[in-house]
Amino acid sequence: MSSASESTRDSPVDKGGSSFDKGGSSIVGRGKRDGNRLFQEWYQELGTAAERNEHSAYVFVMGSLTEIMRSFGIHTVFPEINGLQQAVRRVSGDDIGLAEDYGFSADVCGYLKADVGLQLRGGEHPMGKIPPPSLSVHTNACNTYIKWAEIWERMYKVPIFTLDIPGTRAAGRQTWPGQVDFENDRKYVAGQINEVIHLCEQITDKKLDLDKLREAMTHTNTMSRKWKRLIELNKSSPAVYNAMTDGTVFLGVMNGYRGRPEGAEYFTDLVEEMEYKAANGIGTAFEEKYRLAFVGIPCYPIFRGFSEMFTEWGGSFVGSSYLWYASGGANLGYQYDLDHPLESLAEGLLVTVRESMDSMFFSDRSLIEMVEPYGIDGVVYHSVKSCRTVSTGLADNRRAVMEATDVATLFMESDHMDKRVVSEAQLKNRVDAFFEGLAVRSQRRISNAAAPGQSLRARGGHR
Amino acid sequence: MRMPRLLDDYESRSADEAIRMCRELVEDPDFPTVQRWREAGGKVVGHFQVYFPEEIAHAAGMLPFKVRGAPVEARQAGAHFGSYLCSILKTSLELALSGRVTLDLFVSHPICDSARNLAAVWGRNFEYPCEILYLPQNANSVHAATYLRGEYARLTREIEKIAGHRITEDQLRASLGVFNENRRLLRELGEIKRETPWLLPADEAYSLLAVGAMIPREEHNELLAWVLPKIRRGTALPQDRMRLVLTGGFCEQPPLDLLHTIAQFSYVVDDDLLIGLRWITEDIPVGADPLADLAESYLERSSCSPVQHDLRRPKEKMLVDQIKATNAGAAIIIAAKMCDPGLDEVVAYTKALDDEGIPYFVSEFEERMTNFDSLQIQLETFIENLLFT
Ligand code: SF4
Ligand code: SF4
Repeated sequence: MSSASESTRDSPVDKGGSSFDKGGSSIVGRGKRDGNRLFQEWYQELGTAAERNEHSAYVFVMGSLTEIMRSFGIHTVFPEINGLQQAVRRVSGDDIGLAEDYGFSADVCGYLKADVGLQLRGGEHPMGKIPPPSLSVHTNACNTYIKWAEIWERMYKVPIFTLDIPGTRAAGRQTWPGQVDFENDRKYVAGQINEVIHLCEQITDKKLDLDKLREAMTHTNTMSRKWKRLIELNKSSPAVYNAMTDGTVFLGVMNGYRGRPEGAEYFTDLVEEMEYKAANGIGTAFEEKYRLAFVGIPCYPIFRGFSEMFTEWGGSFVGSSYLWYASGGANLGYQYDLDHPLESLAEGLLVTVRESMDSMFFSDRSLIEMVEPYGIDGVVYHSVKSCRTVSTGLADNRRAVMEATDVATLFMESDHMDKRVVSEAQLKNRVDAFFEGLAVRSQRRISNAAAPGQSLRARGGHR
Repeated sequence: MRMPRLLDDYESRSADEAIRMCRELVEDPDFPTVQRWREAGGKVVGHFQVYFPEEIAHAAGMLPFKVRGAPVEARQAGAHFGSYLCSILKTSLELALSGRVTLDLFVSHPICDSARNLAAVWGRNFEYPCEILYLPQNANSVHAATYLRGEYARLTREIEKIAGHRITEDQLRASLGVFNENRRLLRELGEIKRETPWLLPADEAYSLLAVGAMIPREEHNELLAWVLPKIRRGTALPQDRMRLVLTGGFCEQPPLDLLHTIAQFSYVVDDDLLIGLRWITEDIPVGADPLADLAESYLERSSCSPVQHDLRRPKEKMLVDQIKATNAGAAIIIAAKMCDPGLDEVVAYTKALDDEGIPYFVSEFEERMTNFDSLQIQLETFIENLLFT
């Protein structure tokens, strides 16, 4: 989730051979430009929040409750996004070192440690000064969120609130409104939302303004609708954006501007841009040869190089489970009922945060369902050392996907934050071998005289 | 169906021999008591660490079995996981994949994300139901107990399906009674450790506790009722050893030899090993709604662990209180390798102990470690320094 311009190629080229008009040329590339600008502006706002004596809540991408925070005028700080920025801007190593000197193990979440280092240094971040928290509100979508918030609780003596969202109990067993188990979960979430509101009222000495809440929810509705559409638009061939690199920019805006008019406008424009590209056969900055799905967290300490390992072979990430879970489940396009904002917020949080968790724990099913409509040739699993939430199930997930489909798969291990665990040469060897395998399959398909345009779903994986 | 007794005869043996029998069962990766139960036609609910409301499975006539890994190599399970994981996760799955234990239901909990993922992995590899029991992670919400009562009702329906019959409220009440008795006996075991630790070394106390997770509670109650008075009548004399509190054994279990190593130099007067079996610290009052009683007790009459955030019970304060209450001179803090919650907690523990001026010894461990030489030397030095100063 970042303004990742320094890490990705930016100028899109026309792969479909179609010429586009002046209007089109101003549309294409807009999403990336605006995304980077918005991202800078957001950090500038945060940078002066403390001076203006404004409150900040430390929140997380899976269930940020931004709508409530906005209605109280509380800024939202996303330590995961800060951490990602520390990695792509290559300062995470120092902060991780500081946290380890403080006592944290080399084996725990790198985002957490990058933040501890940052806090110990007084919040000086490459994107601007990070204000200290007035409170933390976090879900249980990742258990590290809870352990992390406990650190701020001790460090800053601020209230922390765990908004407990019961997840799916077993694969394919989601419950829905009207079912007794769903209603039990919903009541629990609704009750906790009231408790969060009460906490915010105490901190800000203000009453909840329902109109402001409704307004924020309206913008989130637009953003979620557009997010869902954005994900669908990459069914086009060539893909209209790179789900791993461009997707990271989109995720930054999705989280930072959730519930804000700028966010709604951004995604409206972005969908317009991607629809235009789809209609005109415009792809990304390289020629797409293989259509891939990405599962895991990207390798941020070498983000550009990591991305190029794939793009130089023509590997295009058309989908990524990251866009499901790190958007807080916005891929569902959930729409709040503005006539019943609090009830709907409870239902929406339950359903979307649950979707985030499903996208990490049970994503094999969604990946299998994605293969045909997105024309997936290969699935790339990037398991990272310091995030067990996302990584624990990946090897087994891969087995399930290989059993159910004919796509090629690649399983790699490194880290999303800690450069010490990243062996670039080793990763590259694995990726090269994977593409060589894909090329052989492609050749075989051609010699078997399969229909042109058919995707290359070869049975078996590649280790 | 009348189920056979699962333990061999111990009444005709000495207390030491009975404890040795327990130790062998606890270390046996084939879990013979569970196999005996199945051979007699019984059904088994396997529940992963840390806490599970075993009373519900018990009321259905099923054997609640704590899945807590084993000292085995993850031959088959290795292919289902990446490299950077705690061992208990891999060896637990290995027990199932290798056919050492067969379950009718597997339940995991949101104690950490490895454990939640485990339920998904298990579910992809076995036909029987595998699920996550969402114990509340907001223990401070006034809505948590009502929610948990509903979640227990859901679990009850699941278990009823597998058992093939309804669970009545009277059956539940009876099970709460059996487990209350078990809790009382385990408190007595804790008292012996605290007050006369020379009569019961840490590894022996652990064996007596852990065997309860693989036999029906009635049998565990009988065993404890038989052995505890014998332990109290033991003739070992107190020695000049450091009294220690051991913490960090809430999930992955250290090998018994590690406990034995510690017990050679010190008296472990309290610990959090298999804390889930002792999570509820008092008798559960049995009233009109046993599921509500069970749920309320989970939140209100309970212990603490690094995997439960509770504003009322900051974990580092609980540790300091525990050390003071047991008159211990130091803490041994252990953390399973690659265990996020355990490793994160070490930082808070050590800062709090520093503030209090309480000495501590920190070590990472793995359930399958076999060499304790260097640990032994370090521990010996630590304790000698303390005794000397
Ligand atoms: S463990 Fe993973 S999901 Fe959780 S905060 Fe760290 S990187 Fe994010
Ligand atoms: S040892 Fe730690 S990481 Fe492993 S399952 Fe237990 S709590 Fe989770």
